[in-house]
This record gives sequence, C-alpha cells and structure tokens, in this order.
Amino acid sequence: MPPVMLRTEALTKGFTLHLQGGLHIPVLGGIALAVAAGECVALGGPSGAGKSTLLRCLYGTYRTEGGRILVRHRGAFLDLAAADPRAILAVRAETLGYVSQFLRVVPRVPAVTIVAEAAIARGMAAEAAREHAAALLLRLGVPSRLHGLPPATFSGGEQQRVNLARGFIADHPILLLDEPTASLDAANRDAVLGLIREAKARGAAIVTIMHDTAARDAVADRLFPVPPLQDAA
Amino acid sequence: MTVDTLLSARGLRLSFGAIPALAGVDVDLWPGEILAVVGESGSGKTTLLNVLCGRLAPDGGAVWYRDPSGRLADVHAMPAPTLRQLHRSDWGFVRQDPRESLRMGVSAGGNVGERLMAAGARHYGQIRATATEWLMRVEIDPARIDDLPRSFSGGMLQRLQIARTLATHPRLVFMDEPTGGLDVSVQARLLDLIRGLVRDLGIASVLVTHDLAVARLLAQRIAVMQRGLVVETGLTDQVLDDPRHPYTQLLVSSVLQA
Repeated sequence: MPPVMLRTEALTKGFTLHLQGGLHIPVLGGIALAVAAGECVALGGPSGAGKSTLLRCLYGTYRTEGGRILVRHRGAFLDLAAADPRAILAVRAETLGYVSQFLRVVPRVPAVTIVAEAAIARGMAAEAAREHAAALLLRLGVPSRLHGLPPATFSGGEQQRVNLARGFIADHPILLLDEPTASLDAANRDAVLGLIREAKARGAAIVTIMHDTAARDAVADRLFPVPPLQDAA
Repeated sequence: MTVDTLLSARGLRLSFGAIPALAGVDVDLWPGEILAVVGESGSGKTTLLNVLCGRLAPDGGAVWYRDPSGRLADVHAMPAPTLRQLHRSDWGFVRQDPRESLRMGVSAGGNVGERLMAAGARHYGQIRATATEWLMRVEIDPARIDDLPRSFSGGMLQRLQIARTLATHPRLVFMDEPTGGLDVSVQARLLDLIRGLVRDLGIASVLVTHDLAVARLLAQRIAVMQRGLVVETGLTDQVLDDPRHPYTQLLVSSVLQA
C-alpha cells in the first residue's frame, strides 16, 4: 500500500465579503480527501462547487476556516493550515508543486529561464536545469526559437505550456494541476498526459481539475466529488 | 523572533502631534526574504521604514538587528557611529527619488566608488573596476562612468542608485517606492533587475510600495498597513488572492485590471 502523501480532515472554507456588508459565503464543508503516492485524483462536481477553491486551499493560498491539511514533507506530516509562511514556502519549494490555469508573466525573463528557475529552486545545477527546461519545452511543443523570449508576447496556449513545463520540471512529490489540458491541441494534450503518467510512475501524488472527460479518464485513478454547499444549504 | 531572524521590531509607536503614524507595529524579517509593506499614502509605511532603519526614533517599542556575528543589537540604542557604519556597508537604502541619495555633482563611477570607500576600499584601480562592473550589472553603459548623474534619465538614475547601494553587498536593503514615478516600461526593467540582484546576492529587504503588482512580483510576504497598524500579514498570494481584512479587500478590489 503506497503511503498517503496528502490528507485533509474536516476542511472548511468560506469567504467573508466585507465590501458586501460582511456577507459570508460558505464554499467547502468537512472535506476529507486522501491521496497516496502514485495516485491521480480528479476533483469532480458542477461548476462553482468549489474545485478550484479546494485546490488553492491545498496549496496554502486560501487560508482555511477549519480543519487540517496534512502534507508529507521531509518524511513527516505537516499541517499546512496551521503552518507559518516560511514553513509553507519550504513545503512549496521541496514538496508541493502547483500549475495554475494562467501563467503570471514576469517582464523580460525568457521562457527557458522561467522554467529552469523552478528546478534550480529544488537544487538542480543551473546548466543542467537549463538543458532540462529546454528539453521539456520542446516536448510540450514550444519551439527553440521561442525559448529565449519572454512569454508576454506568446499565445495563450504557448503561455500555458511554459506554465506546465515549470510545474513539471521540479519533480515535486505532490502536484496540484488546475485544468492542465485546457486550451491545448490534441498533440500537446497527449504530451501533458504523458508527463502526468510519468509523474505517477515516479510516485507523485496528483490532484487535478480536468473538464475534458476523455483526458481525465486517461490518467485519473478515481474521481473525488466536491459537494456543492450552496445548494445543500 | 527565532534564532535566525535578521530584523525584528516589537510594539513600535510614533505619533506626529495627535496623529499616530505607528500605533503598535511588529515586524520580523528573515535572511534572503523580501517583505512588502503596502497601504495607501498616510498609512504609516514610510514612517515604519524610517524607524526600522534607525533614522527616526519611535516613542515606544524597539528594533533589533542581528549582525553578521549573530549578536542582536538594539538599533535605537546603539551609538551613532555604529549605526552610521551599518548604513555604510551592511545596510542599504533605496529611495523613490534617487537625487536624494546620489551626489549629483559627482560622476556616476564616483557615486559607486564613494560607497565602496566608505566601506573601507582604498585601491583606486580596484574601486574603478568594481564601479565599472556594477554599472554593467545595472545596464548602464560603462562609457558613461565619468559622466555626471544630471545627464542621466530617471530610470538610469534609479539604476545608478541601486548600483551604489548594492556595491558593498549589503545583507539588508530598505526600499521606499523604488519604481514610483517611472514610466511603466522603465519600471518593468527595474523590477526585473531588482528581482535578479536580490536573489543572486541573497539580500533581505523591506520594500514599501503602494503598487500591489510590484509586491506580487518581488515579495514573498506582505504586510498591509492602515492608520498606523498592520491589519493583515501573510504570504503574498494569501494576502492578494484571499484578502481577509476589510481594508485589504478594498485595496485588492480597487486595482484596475489592464
């Protein structure tokens, strides 16, 4: 039985909108999710159920209102919901990778450097990281002539592939993937599915949101339904 | 405070007449980390910067700095020459208006060299070589080394100030709106430059800015100030993507999407 890498206990999250008179919107209630090494779990549920909210809680971006988020980090479980900022940064550097839906472009930094930096942050030597980054970009269909350019002028799909390369290069033990195959053509979608399979094979625990059911069925081991709280209330 | 905290402040208070600029502020900064202090004009963020670096004495509270040998020193209790020495080499201060910290009647190379000499450098050839290297690092043509700063553009002046400040390899740099007042294209170049230099040199920084995009790009952590208080702190993405305090929600929702 492979070890559990990520586990939530009674995870609760809502938003208090002070600009709307303190309106409180509950989104997640009592979420209990466990993901083992080598397992890919797809979050299910209708649009607005809170799938992206859950993924952002798991990365520590959204601060929870209750419950625990246990992440296996340096061989022991650490509660991300109670960790201080420096501990969360250490978890993100070594253990927890995240691919958002959109690349947040840094001005003037070439695509290959953006990707390589993620590997350097995990301790890879600069030259090796650059070579690895270039190979990964090529695999994701970003041609060599673009590697030295900042992605600000790239198309949406090209930016997303730079984002994916950055997410996959560091071989994090846990990966959170928000719509990794959206806005990709068939060939690039297959390249991403290949990367997900390889990550699983090396023992990565993966949580993903994928609306493309064919792609989801190709890599996900099971579906975790996120119940819509709003409707239940 | 932990064993490796670089700078730590507790309970800082300072009033200008009836107006409390700081109403009980705590700050912790660790080596190699950038903390952005955000808030609108008058929230107390520049006052905080001036108190942290010892330029302005607080009415109450204390600031401690851990020197390279690991000893904690009370910034506002240390003798004036010790504080001056810190500002000459171990610390740097980047101002919004570079004219306030540059000497406009001294050449570009002289501005960098002066700081090197204040930190103890004596060999002229070596100082000039280091100054040349720093001009190149901040993308100023080394052929301009003997030109006076008054012939420089606003963006070049700001890059020269950064070269002058970083030439002594400070461990801690205070930055007050370093990209304020510059054209957007010049800002992007400067931000990228600051980001690269701070990371390569492992510098820690307290960065005061009213621009949330600047904070997003440069800082690992954010402290939001309102009326002399820190009303919210956290990782940059936590504060900007999931703001919890009413004032932070107002700040984040007021940013124009380009």
